[in-house]
Amino acid sequence: METAMSSSNNLTDFIFGRLSWNALPFHEPILVVTFIAVALGGIAVVGALTYFRLWGYLWKEWFTSVDHKKIGIMYVVLALVMLMRGFADAVMMRTQQAIAFGANEGYLPPHHYDQVFTAHGVIMIFFMAMPFVTGIMNYVVPLQIGARDVSFPFLNNFSFWMTTAGAVIIMMSLFIGEFARTGWLAYPPLSGADYSPGVGVDYYIWGLQVAGVGTTLSGINLIATIVKMRAPGMTMMKMPVFTWTSLCTNVLIVATFPILTATLVLLTLDRYVGTHFFTNDLGGNPMMYVNLIWIWGHPEVYILILPAFGIFSEVVASFTGKRLFGYASMVYATVVITILSYLVWLHHFFTMGSGASVNAFFGITTMIISIPTGAKMFNWLFTMYRGRIRYEPPMLWTIGFMLTFVIGGMTGVMLAVPPADFVLHNSLFLIAHFHNVIIGGVVFGLLAGVNYWFPKAFGYKLDPFWGKMSFWFWQIGFWFAFAPLYVLGLMGVTRRVNHFEDASLQIWFVIAAFGAFLIALGIASFVIQLIVSFLKRDQLRDTTGDPWDARTLEWSTSSPPPDYNFAFTPVVHDHDSWYDMKRRGYVRPLEGFKPIHMPKNTGTGVILSGLSVALAFGLIWYMWWLAALSFLGIIVVAIAHTFNYKRDFYIPVETVTTTENARTKQLAEQA
Amino acid sequence: MSNTHAVSADKPEFYLTEEHHPESSTMLGFWIYLMSDCLMFAVLFVTYAVLGRNYAAGPAPADLFDLKLVAINTAMLLFSSITYGFAMLRMEKNDRSGTLLWLFVTGIFGAIFLALELYEFNHLIHEGAGPDRSAFLSIFFTLVGTHGLHVTFGTIWLITLMVQVAKFGLVEANRRRLMCLSMFWHFLDVIWIGVFSIVYLLGVLG
Amino acid sequence: MPRLLKLVRGLCALTLPLALAGCNLVVMSPSGDIAAQQRDLIVVSTVLMLLIIIPVMCLTVYFAWHYRRSNVNAKYDPEWHHSTRLEVVIWSAPLAIIIALGAVTWISTHKLDPYRPLDRIDATRPVSGEVKPLTVEVVALDWKWLFIYPEQGIATVNEMAAPIDRPIEFKITASSVMNSFYIPALAGQIYAMPGMQTKLHAVINKEGEYEGFSANYSGEGFSGMRFKFHGLSEDGFGQWVARVKNQGSALNRDAYLKLERPSTRNPVMYYATAETGLFDAIVNLCAKPGQMCMKDMMHVDMMGGGGKESEENRKRLEYDARFSTEMAPGATHPASGQPSHSSQDPQGVNEPASGNNNGHSGHGDHASHGATPAPEQLNTNTKP
Repeated sequence: METAMSSSNNLTDFIFGRLSWNALPFHEPILVVTFIAVALGGIAVVGALTYFRLWGYLWKEWFTSVDHKKIGIMYVVLALVMLMRGFADAVMMRTQQAIAFGANEGYLPPHHYDQVFTAHGVIMIFFMAMPFVTGIMNYVVPLQIGARDVSFPFLNNFSFWMTTAGAVIIMMSLFIGEFARTGWLAYPPLSGADYSPGVGVDYYIWGLQVAGVGTTLSGINLIATIVKMRAPGMTMMKMPVFTWTSLCTNVLIVATFPILTATLVLLTLDRYVGTHFFTNDLGGNPMMYVNLIWIWGHPEVYILILPAFGIFSEVVASFTGKRLFGYASMVYATVVITILSYLVWLHHFFTMGSGASVNAFFGITTMIISIPTGAKMFNWLFTMYRGRIRYEPPMLWTIGFMLTFVIGGMTGVMLAVPPADFVLHNSLFLIAHFHNVIIGGVVFGLLAGVNYWFPKAFGYKLDPFWGKMSFWFWQIGFWFAFAPLYVLGLMGVTRRVNHFEDASLQIWFVIAAFGAFLIALGIASFVIQLIVSFLKRDQLRDTTGDPWDARTLEWSTSSPPPDYNFAFTPVVHDHDSWYDMKRRGYVRPLEGFKPIHMPKNTGTGVILSGLSVALAFGLIWYMWWLAALSFLGIIVVAIAHTFNYKRDFYIPVETVTTTENARTKQLAEQA
Repeated sequence: MSNTHAVSADKPEFYLTEEHHPESSTMLGFWIYLMSDCLMFAVLFVTYAVLGRNYAAGPAPADLFDLKLVAINTAMLLFSSITYGFAMLRMEKNDRSGTLLWLFVTGIFGAIFLALELYEFNHLIHEGAGPDRSAFLSIFFTLVGTHGLHVTFGTIWLITLMVQVAKFGLVEANRRRLMCLSMFWHFLDVIWIGVFSIVYLLGVLG
Repeated sequence: MPRLLKLVRGLCALTLPLALAGCNLVVMSPSGDIAAQQRDLIVVSTVLMLLIIIPVMCLTVYFAWHYRRSNVNAKYDPEWHHSTRLEVVIWSAPLAIIIALGAVTWISTHKLDPYRPLDRIDATRPVSGEVKPLTVEVVALDWKWLFIYPEQGIATVNEMAAPIDRPIEFKITASSVMNSFYIPALAGQIYAMPGMQTKLHAVINKEGEYEGFSANYSGEGFSGMRFKFHGLSEDGFGQWVARVKNQGSALNRDAYLKLERPSTRNPVMYYATAETGLFDAIVNLCAKPGQMCMKDMMHVDMMGGGGKESEENRKRLEYDARFSTEMAPGATHPASGQPSHSSQDPQGVNEPASGNNNGHSGHGDHASHGATPAPEQLNTNTKP
């Protein structure tokens, strides 16, 4: 150590750890501009909230709410915000790859470009797709099973805020320090202390760990909800398909996220304590990490796609005016996919040199998954057969999905043949494949879901014109963006490259960039759709509670549903229970209301989440005092929370009566 | 279905007129949590199976472990499980002070277990066999340490619950919490039996 | 298959005349027998799956159109939701395809196992008994490729050559992080991992200059981690070896340790001699003198470890921190106390092996190397 180091220097080191002015990206014009834009936007939002005195409202009605509906909506808002960030990364990559040929180095040097593609992957999977899926499950599942809330309402609020905390940690890396430059799964030894000494990987680790707590707990919560809280009469084989896929997804979450957590803990120990799990030397084994992370990583794909399958199943039944074809086989297919998803992880690294028999085994198990998936596809197809198809936006997304996803499935099976994978692995063909299934499957499904359930959540439909614009821009943009990547993959172009020598490739990247531009228009159309619908909300109003003539229980209550969802707990006799009720002349009860037992709001989730951000920040920057204090704070707040025994209250019968009478009046006016 | 209206064949009742109280999900939820925790330990055990013999030309289990100490340690944890069981029996009898007494004894055994474990860790590190010495020691410290951390949190939780039982009595919420902690505590026992047999016994004797 | 290929190319040409020249689908028209068989697999599996995908897509479009709400002539049957016969078909049709594809997979995965020595040069010619495969030892360094030819006693950086129609046996490793060794025209890729050796058997059937690169992201210099692979005639290969021998310097441990330092976009470099056993030492993480080799460590571990008094072993086994200890702290990297694992001095690595090349421009420019003879070696303690 230098002798000149004064005691004040030591103090600074103690307080700030490895954080210094250098960590702020003043030298990166792109980031400075972004920061100014974000700061101005942030100030505008904060100013508006203050001016309109919305802070109290937000805090009381939303942030501290334990209502599954509000939490679901907040998840989706988080997902949409993160979609913007992740998509901005995508546009940056597309632009860089479209211009960086020969003498032109592009505008993103490797140091920056590598962070961008890592952030894109991490954000899109963990902070866009995951919260989106969780949000929709949170909103819809309790309504579909006729419950008043989830099993553990406070836990639900806490889970949401932990997910948000993870997102905040990832976003901080944009302006303070840097993000990982390792790819979204951070393979060691590259992500180890010796090859990635900066804070980037630490941001990655702590962002995922904090969000992972939320994800796991929300998985437990939803399983318990589905198992224990179903309305009387709703046996497992009478559950709506979306509830089934949610159940399977949450089983997968609970069964895989602990593996991710443990794996990241081991990586953390390698980086912080100097252990040798995944190092090259002293007995470590980096291949272990690759195996473990994919044992989580492959089921993760199904965690995302299964709820989307569920959404399509609901949508296709509603908009064809027909019961879903092959309900039982749909359920079995979902369960089979759930189980098989654990037996395929090795197909992500056939090229690691496992023996031929091992590779062939995992290749074939991967292909077997396409059987139940194919069966599902046929089920949707034959639901349309002899139906009366209404082309509202949710149905458009579903048809778009069916035509897009089969191609993704096909290229997926190609990649599952190990010797074929040897030439396609890590290529842009692979990139095109998984965007084909994730955009064509998950994103299309989620957007179908938003269009489908929006009237339930907000009481008015989304504008169909802008919905169709959004659909066509996305659909066409998708093929412009990713068909060239399939071709480039067959031309032997690999992923994560920020500069090319071969100018003949450029045209394909330009087309792909154009595709990204079309998708940007698709996203813009979606935003416009939200705004236009809000402005035209009186025209688009849904007074019936059942705007699509749909089939499951959530449509039996008002739009938006009252806090307590159902004044009386429904009794189920058949799946498609709302359709059954309508068919057999269900009469809505008009009297005899009772006080309703509900959980109380609490701010503990927000506080714990804030402390978690502080803890992660302290750990990332080696500000040990901050880490210790915030950790202590978490323990104290958590214990203090358990001393609160009065966590529920009764909605008085007058309130219930008033609410229900208002609905009665509304329904009468409509009739 | 006593609380539904009379059900006719073609027009059944579609709602309950009485308040519906689904049974508590807490036990199920906590059990699912324990299974997820179990998976975390599974990852650590698997890692031990893969890396456990990578001594990096350094010390092996036979050089390091004092089976006598570990046996005492194991006994402490097993005793604590039994005493927790006694606490639950007292709870069933609605005996607040008896419950508290046995919880206290459980906590003491837990604390002794932790103290012995810390002693062992300290000893190993001073012998130059810290977690950074080899992959084997990395996973040893992590597996045993993760278990120890669980016991630590269990103990903090136990103390909290003792305060709550003392303050609010054996109310419904506290009984549920005691049941949860009971499951947690026995779960840690099961995990420790795995650690003891696979890491210590197989390590030294195998 | 070639017809299908033509079709693909035709489509390329039709849809994008601009890209006509660029539509070199190397994966679909490779020049090595292994890659060709892998290409065939892609085609076979695609065709098999199209058997089911095309009907599904057609039916989707047809149903979507026919059963639209405005078409009141279409039959509407809201209660029709089950048909055992149809269910059997929709499960067994994919099953049949997957059985076929599974069989293809099982056979081809074993036949095209990269560890399996070749038994044919191409579709018509088996490998004759007396042909010994050309061994090439490949090391993925930060961020360049080192090729050692033990038979010829030479080594190269970022350039590789092999005679056509002679089986090649690659032994592959890496020095620091994971890479993937991939020459699309020759054969599928395989990971290059530090402390481990992977293998690849392949053969090139056509003369030509092909692209090779790392297909697994490995850090800052990854994009520039490319090399040219020359498929040469027997004579041409002999000349290439001779040229390397004429122009190159010696690759001994010292030269290797300098070469190993991170650098980006290295020019091609030739080594007239390569120290025997160097590759083995690299795989065992003991190229640096005094390091304990992994195989020795494993032997000690097999025998029950090194006991408590083994601090010396530990020092001799530390490997990953080998650069960070030598670097000045806080120099380049804003976000950390330590410098990142990046190219400190890309030119430095060329000393002394090919110091005379510093002035030359860059990639694959090996012809210009010949202008000056190799410099005198500073370090001549190469073992015989």
